[in-house]
Amino acid sequence: MSEKSWKEISIGAVCWKPSTALLTGDWRTYTPVRDPAKCTRCLLCAIYCPDGAIHWKPERNDIEFDYNYCKGCGICANECPTKAIEMKLL
Amino acid sequence: MMGMFEVRWHGRGGQGAWTASELLARAAVHEGKYIQSFPEFGPERMGAPVTAFTRISAKPIRLHCAVYEPNVVVVLDSTLMKTVQVAQGLARNGNLIINSKEAPLEVRKTLAYEGKVWTVPATEIAIKILGAPITSTAMLGAVARVTGVVSLESIKKAVEERFRRDVAEKNFAVIKEAYEEVRSE
Amino acid sequence: MKNVIKQKVVALNGNEAVAYAVKQSDVDVVAAYPITPQTIIVERFSEYVANGEVETAFVCTESEHSAMTACLTAALTGARTFTATASAGLALMHEMLFVTAGCRAPVVMAVANRALSAPLNIHGDQSDAMAQRDSGWIQLYVENAQEVYDTVIQAFKIAENPNVLLPAMVCFDGFIVSHSLENVNVLPDDAVKAFLGMRQFPTVLTHDGVKAPFRLDPEHPMTLGPAAFPNYYFEIKRQQVEALKNALSVIRQVHDEYAELSGRSYGNGLIEAYRLEDAEVATVCLGSTAGTTKIVVDELREEGVKAGLLRIRTFRPLPVDDIRRALQDVKAVAVLDKCISFGGFGGPVFHEVRHVLYDLDKRPVLVNYIYGLGGRDVPPWQIRQVYEDLKGILKEEKVKEPVNYLGLRE
Repeated sequence: MSEKSWKEISIGAVCWKPSTALLTGDWRTYTPVRDPAKCTRCLLCAIYCPDGAIHWKPERNDIEFDYNYCKGCGICANECPTKAIEMKLL
Repeated sequence: MMGMFEVRWHGRGGQGAWTASELLARAAVHEGKYIQSFPEFGPERMGAPVTAFTRISAKPIRLHCAVYEPNVVVVLDSTLMKTVQVAQGLARNGNLIINSKEAPLEVRKTLAYEGKVWTVPATEIAIKILGAPITSTAMLGAVARVTGVVSLESIKKAVEERFRRDVAEKNFAVIKEAYEEVRSE
Repeated sequence: MKNVIKQKVVALNGNEAVAYAVKQSDVDVVAAYPITPQTIIVERFSEYVANGEVETAFVCTESEHSAMTACLTAALTGARTFTATASAGLALMHEMLFVTAGCRAPVVMAVANRALSAPLNIHGDQSDAMAQRDSGWIQLYVENAQEVYDTVIQAFKIAENPNVLLPAMVCFDGFIVSHSLENVNVLPDDAVKAFLGMRQFPTVLTHDGVKAPFRLDPEHPMTLGPAAFPNYYFEIKRQQVEALKNALSVIRQVHDEYAELSGRSYGNGLIEAYRLEDAEVATVCLGSTAGTTKIVVDELREEGVKAGLLRIRTFRPLPVDDIRRALQDVKAVAVLDKCISFGGFGGPVFHEVRHVLYDLDKRPVLVNYIYGLGGRDVPPWQIRQVYEDLKGILKEEKVKEPVNYLGLRE
């Protein structure tokens, strides 16, 4: 992608694309992998995730990791009360 | 009116030197004149010597500096004359108007000034009518009489704009009495 | 001018003139913190708010840094926004001044110019505003209470112009103008309202992929004030340069439009050339000193001296071509600076004027006078001395000292 000239960009540094256009998932080294058997669906992981990359899917009564944005920080694994999340080098 | 007319007011913080300088200026605005009114710039403290200035002219005033050679000097508090050189810069054909119950001839003895000296018992008038020694409006009445630079009618308008109705009435009574009582040698 | 509107003459000091102009300008948000010699502006305006004379949201902040932050964010929602400060207050805003300009928030601010500490001094000089001259703000320096009133109204229209969208400071000398009661012609309320109209917004491309008015609006979410890395920061700064360049013509245009309405003009809105056409000696200054200087120029002219004055009204953006044209045929020019640029070659106005004239094949001799610091009074005879010095320079064809101090005890 070529970068724009000063005449083409919005004034006042208004963002012409959302920050979600940047897929930060590729910064990840370790990947959180969950054991559904141990998981109690308490959703603490979703609350703690700094990137909002863990979503609650009510239709499936389950959580889902969005690996497009998960940077692999490991906070979810650390906070999980049942130790259901393991950080793996995939 | 020829050229620029400049007044310097000497008082103490709280006596209304700045108010008097403003009232004179506002009265002149009612006569279509150009004016400036400003205090000697600085923090105001109750009782400390303060100075204020009024400029009046038939033409727009472009000058933006202190008044060095006033036509008239007004002293709201005669005790200031012990410490402040009230006649400084005042021309021989000027007028020095002092709040004092003494005769002008007596007051002159304490001054190094050869021009015309006027006195008015402003404190006594103010206490009698206002019940407080606030001498600004009395001195304004004296200035109106001595210089004729503004009419009593214009001063009345300025006072009515500035004060609540009952206060304005009392102050205008002070102005009229001082206007009558101010005297020279 | 034929269609000049009927106006009322009132006695106002510079600060009251600001408050009155802001009251008439239909301002949505005022956030401010009091500081001498600006305090009267905020006092008067809060009376208008308390009396229900305006519909402005008045925010009392805990510091000037917060006041500017509140103004910035209010302006970004589309509000017409105003604040006032001076000296240390302006210095405390320093960080947010750059942010406000960078975010293109058209805040209008009155600055009652006052010296900076130490030593502590509450009196007037232009060190405070000059220290912020590179913050990206428009800076207008005015001469008297009337011009304060006129310029505050104009400043909203300049700042909010979609081709400009920059914050603007209206600077006037502390005490000399801020506390001096003068005759001020005021426009009727509805005339000011009609002159300013509502804020206009350019459209910007938001991250929804749609174009939307440039303001925070829940209907069209947009990200303002983001980080920009080395790949974009430079381009965004270049846009600000362009906006200031656009401001030059907008300032003139708004000034002319206002002149038609009010009958009052100040040179061309950028500079005011006073008896400069055939001048051999001239001074350059900003603010209230110009009034006193005009009297001196008139006196000198009567004595046969070809004296003139250039008052720079718009200092940012600097009207380069106008200054060059005004001074190119003058033989000797003295630039008066009410500010020191410590360690520099003269004061900030001297820097600019000398710099602007450098490209001329034949340019005037230029000298600098630092004057009036900390409220030191500037009587006409002091200014006259400057013209005498210039005559001496022409006679001897020599500048003894390029940077001088006027009214200083040696």
